[in-house]
Amino acid sequence: MTDGLGEFPGPAYPLGANPSFADLVRATTSEPEMTAVPSLQAPVPHGTTVLALKFEGGVLMAGDRRAVEGFSIADERIDKVFPADETSAVAIAGAAGQATEIVRLFQTELEHYEKVEGDRLSMEGKANRLAQMIRQNFPMALQGLVVVPLFAGYDERKAEGRLFRYDVTGGRWEEADFHATGSGSVHARGTLKKRWRPGLTREAAIRAAVEALYDASQEDVATGGPNPLRGIYPSVKVITADGVAPVADDDIREAFEAVLGESGEAFKRTGGSTARETEDHT
Amino acid sequence: MSFQPYVPPEQLMKDRSEYARKGIGRGRSVAALEYADGILFLAENPSATLHKISEIYDRIAFAGVGKYSEFEDLRISGVRLADLRGYAYGREDVTAKTLANAYSQALSTIFTTQMKPYEVEILVGQVGETPGGNELFHILFDGSVADEQGCVAMGGRADELTAHLKEGYREGVSLEEAIGMGVRALSTVEEKPLEIPNIEAAVLDRNRARRKFFRMTDRDLTGMLQAG
Repeated sequence: MTDGLGEFPGPAYPLGANPSFADLVRATTSEPEMTAVPSLQAPVPHGTTVLALKFEGGVLMAGDRRAVEGFSIADERIDKVFPADETSAVAIAGAAGQATEIVRLFQTELEHYEKVEGDRLSMEGKANRLAQMIRQNFPMALQGLVVVPLFAGYDERKAEGRLFRYDVTGGRWEEADFHATGSGSVHARGTLKKRWRPGLTREAAIRAAVEALYDASQEDVATGGPNPLRGIYPSVKVITADGVAPVADDDIREAFEAVLGESGEAFKRTGGSTARETEDHT
Repeated sequence: MSFQPYVPPEQLMKDRSEYARKGIGRGRSVAALEYADGILFLAENPSATLHKISEIYDRIAFAGVGKYSEFEDLRISGVRLADLRGYAYGREDVTAKTLANAYSQALSTIFTTQMKPYEVEILVGQVGETPGGNELFHILFDGSVADEQGCVAMGGRADELTAHLKEGYREGVSLEEAIGMGVRALSTVEEKPLEIPNIEAAVLDRNRARRKFFRMTDRDLTGMLQAG
């Protein structure tokens, strides 16, 4: 990877410069490609539930903060929602190492294209490019290093938020309203299905996302719930015509408290349920 | 096998330099000025899409004069080098000095080994955290590099333009003043007033977020020129 960095890299292209950074890396790298091994024994951190939903004026992306290694928690503060460029973001579920590397390559890819061509890629173009990168990871996915992202952004040409989901083979589908992926996604999707309405306000969208992640964390061990004691809340980013902006922790905390209040729970509640077994024996 | 007549190396280099200078002299000029918050690049350019000034990396910009195909080739090579470095190491490890060295090497090799030298001059600018941290490298067709400060011009009538710029220039000018100064100097040299749609302007502004490069629209320019 460090070969040829002192000189101008890449072959000469007689018909236009290839604007792809990923191709350039492959052409100049001397590091052997990571090849599939018969079975991967080493535990690697996995990220879990991420979701995206459309709201009035754009699209919102959120993820819990937990990464797990087998049955132990590897990280309680990992961020799984990354800005891809000024107007789009990608959220990852799956093998954390592979996923963050794909995100880094994807970010550079978009910026490289913009600088070489003098124009941003279309939303469709970005979504396709990410699909190709996921497809290239397929041999690793077969070994258990699965990466399934969500991609969302504000389409400046269509003036609307759009979101895409992927599968391990690089399959790419556009979603109309919302989607969640990762180990807790079934539960998160259930909540989103109930809460999502066309034209949600920003506040309502944040609340729906927080509630969906909270519900997922109650059902799925690999999804981390909010931890008010240590100030850990889901990461939420909104993407509108103004670009990608993180939602402040205080707003997320308020949304979480509202969700708890609505479901009749409160912070100070204790003794809600006594173990039945104890009752039987006394 | 054919034999070429002996040409003394001095003559060969002289001919090549003359050829390159002539090519560059035919083109229009680019000026760069350091202002309070960064570096301003100005050019006369009737095309809104074929740029003379462009972004290379977070803090680094590129400007070229001369033959478009040749400086465009250098620009894309620079973007590739910068992005590869930033990806392999870290974003702050990409510096104008690295790029200037690479350009200098490439141009020097082309000058001595190719059929014809590149008819280009380029500027590589990097905005620093403080005005003292700015870097501005001027690289000539033969690979020679100059480290510039304050204001610099290159292209068609570079010497005249530099003289005009230096006249009114002082450290820490505002962006509006710098644009006014630059446009006046370009107009004087061209001996006709410069129309706003024919001006290409961009800044490296240290107050911007990660990507410091910003291309000004005609509307931005109109506002700035009125204020300045």
